[in-house]
Amino acid sequence: MSGQLPDSAPPATARQRQAKEWPADGVDDAVGDTLVGQAVTINRPASELFSFFRDFANLPSFMENVERVEVLDAERSRWAVKAPGGKTVEWTSGITDEVPDRLIAWASEKGADVPNSGRIDFRPAGDRGTVVTATILYDPPAGAIGRLVAKIFQREPAIQARRDLRRFKQLMETGEVASAARTRKQRDEEKG
Amino acid sequence: MRALTWHGKHDVRIETVDDPEIINPRDAIIKVTATAICGSDLHLYDGFIPTMQKGDILGHEFMGEVVETGPASTLRKGERVVVPFTIACGNCYHCGKHQYSACDNGLPADNQDIAQTLYGQPMSGLFGYSHMTGGYSGGQAEYVRVPFSDVGPIVIPDGVDDEEVLFLSDILPTGWMAAENAGIEPGDIVAVWGCGPVGLFAVQSAFLMGADRVIAIDHFPHRLELARKFGAETINFEESKTYDALMEMTGGIGPDACIDAVGLEAHGFFVDNVWDQIKASTFLGTDRAHSIRQAIIACRKGGRVSMPAVYGGFIDKFPLGAFMEKGLTLKTGQTHVQHYMPGLLQAILDGKIDTTFLISHRLPLEEAPEGYRMFHDRQNEVTKVVLKPGLAAA
Repeated sequence: MSGQLPDSAPPATARQRQAKEWPADGVDDAVGDTLVGQAVTINRPASELFSFFRDFANLPSFMENVERVEVLDAERSRWAVKAPGGKTVEWTSGITDEVPDRLIAWASEKGADVPNSGRIDFRPAGDRGTVVTATILYDPPAGAIGRLVAKIFQREPAIQARRDLRRFKQLMETGEVASAARTRKQRDEEKG
Repeated sequence: MRALTWHGKHDVRIETVDDPEIINPRDAIIKVTATAICGSDLHLYDGFIPTMQKGDILGHEFMGEVVETGPASTLRKGERVVVPFTIACGNCYHCGKHQYSACDNGLPADNQDIAQTLYGQPMSGLFGYSHMTGGYSGGQAEYVRVPFSDVGPIVIPDGVDDEEVLFLSDILPTGWMAAENAGIEPGDIVAVWGCGPVGLFAVQSAFLMGADRVIAIDHFPHRLELARKFGAETINFEESKTYDALMEMTGGIGPDACIDAVGLEAHGFFVDNVWDQIKASTFLGTDRAHSIRQAIIACRKGGRVSMPAVYGGFIDKFPLGAFMEKGLTLKTGQTHVQHYMPGLLQAILDGKIDTTFLISHRLPLEEAPEGYRMFHDRQNEVTKVVLKPGLAAA
C-alpha cells in the first residue's frame, strides 16, 4: 500500500507525518489530514467492548468533551462536541465499515464543523483482553494555529483520544471512571 | 470535617473542609480512628514534591470505621478496616498478577500523563500525595472517601487494637516486601541500610524468612537500639566505615542480601532538580544515593539487592560495572500492599510480628501540625507519630 512505512511501526508514530500520502489504511473515504493513533489494552472480551462502543449513546460516559450523541438511524449519528473557547462544534457522522466485534469505521458528512473520519479496531489479545486501537483523521479548525490553541486548552484530539481511551478502559474494567474528587460538587466541576 | 491541609513549606494546618461523599459505585466513606505521619509526608512538609496544591489533605496511613458505602462496595457499615496507601482497581491485568502498585486504573485519566511522561507508563493512585499520584484527599482527617473499597481495605476482627494493625496500610508490607525481594534463604547474612520504620520491619521480616544474621546500618542511636531489640547486629556509620565493617563481619565475603531502606520514606515522584535539592539540603540526603551504591559494592558475588528506598529520578555514578561483574540481582518497586495484607494481618494476630514498638507519640488530630514539627526536628526519638481524631486535645 502506498505511503505505508517499511517496518511494523504504526503510521501515527512516524517522525514526519505523511497523512496526505497515507490513504488512511482501512479508513475508506478518508476525511481530514491530521492523523491521531492510540492503542490501549482492555482486560475484557472484544465482543463486550464492541457492543458498548457501537451504542454511540454510551460514548459521552467516557468521552469527556462529547456533550451528546444522538443516534439518527442504524448508520448515522449527530455529534455535539466541546471546542476551545467555550464553543460547541457539531457534525453528522455515518458508518463506512463495520465488522461485528472487530471494527467500526466512520466519516463525517459534508458540512461538518470539524471534518473527521476514523476507525476503532478491537483485536483479541489472549489473557490480556483486547487491544483497542483508535485511528482518527481530522481537519483542525483554522489549521495549525487552531491545533495549537486546542492543545493549550487540552481539547486537542491526540490528548483527548488518549484520555478518552483510558476512561473507556476504566469504565469497562472497573465499572466506573476514576475520580479524585472528594465531593460531588468537585466532581461536577472537573467534568466542566 | 476537620483535616490536616498543606499550604506550603513547613505550613500545614488543621482546617474545616467539606465532608467526603460517595462519588463512584465502589466507594466507601471511612471515619478515621487512627492515622500516622509517614517519613514520606516530611517531603511534602519540606516542599520537595511538585504538583501539590494549597488545601490538599495529607495522609496515606490510616484506618477507621465504615460509615457509608456505594452500591458496589462489599463493606458493611460499622466494620473496622485498614486502608492500603495504593489505590488499585483489582480488575486490570496488573492487579490480576497482584502487582497492585502498577494498577492501570487507580489514577484519573488526566493525571496519568505526568507519570507516563516520567516513567513510560502510569502507576497506581496514592492517597494524600500530590496530584501526580492522583490528587486524592488523604487520611489525616476525620473522614476519607476510599475508592475501590471492595478490593482495598481489609476488615479487622473485633478485639484487636488499632495500633497493632494500623501499619498494614504501608510500612509493614513495605518492609516485608523489601525482605521478600531480597530472596532470603535460610542461613543468609542480610544487611539493611536505614533503621526507619521500613528498615526495622525489614529486619523483623528477614529473621522470619530464615536469615541467620541481620546487620542494620544507621546513625541514630535510638533507632539502632530498636534494631538490636529484634536481634540485629548494628553499625553506626558515623562511627565506623560501613563497607569495612561489613566485610569484617562477614569473613570477607560480603552480605548475601542487601536491603537499601534509606530514603524509603519517599513514596514520591521526584524530578531531578528536586532530587538534587534533597541531596544538598538534608542530613541523610547526601548519603541517599550513596546507600544503593554501597549496597552494590558490599554485596557478595552473586548476591541479591533489594531497594524499597524510593528513587524517583536519576542517579549518577551508579556502579553498573560492579553490578554486572558480580552477577547481582536487583529487585525494587512500590509496595503491592493489597497482596500482603491478609498474610501480615494473620502474622500480627499470631504474635509473630511486633508493630506497636515503633509508636513514640500519640496526638489528637487537632495537634497534627505539632506532630509534623517534632517528627521533622527530632528524628532520633520521634520514630512514629500516630494521630487520633477521637482523642481529646490536651
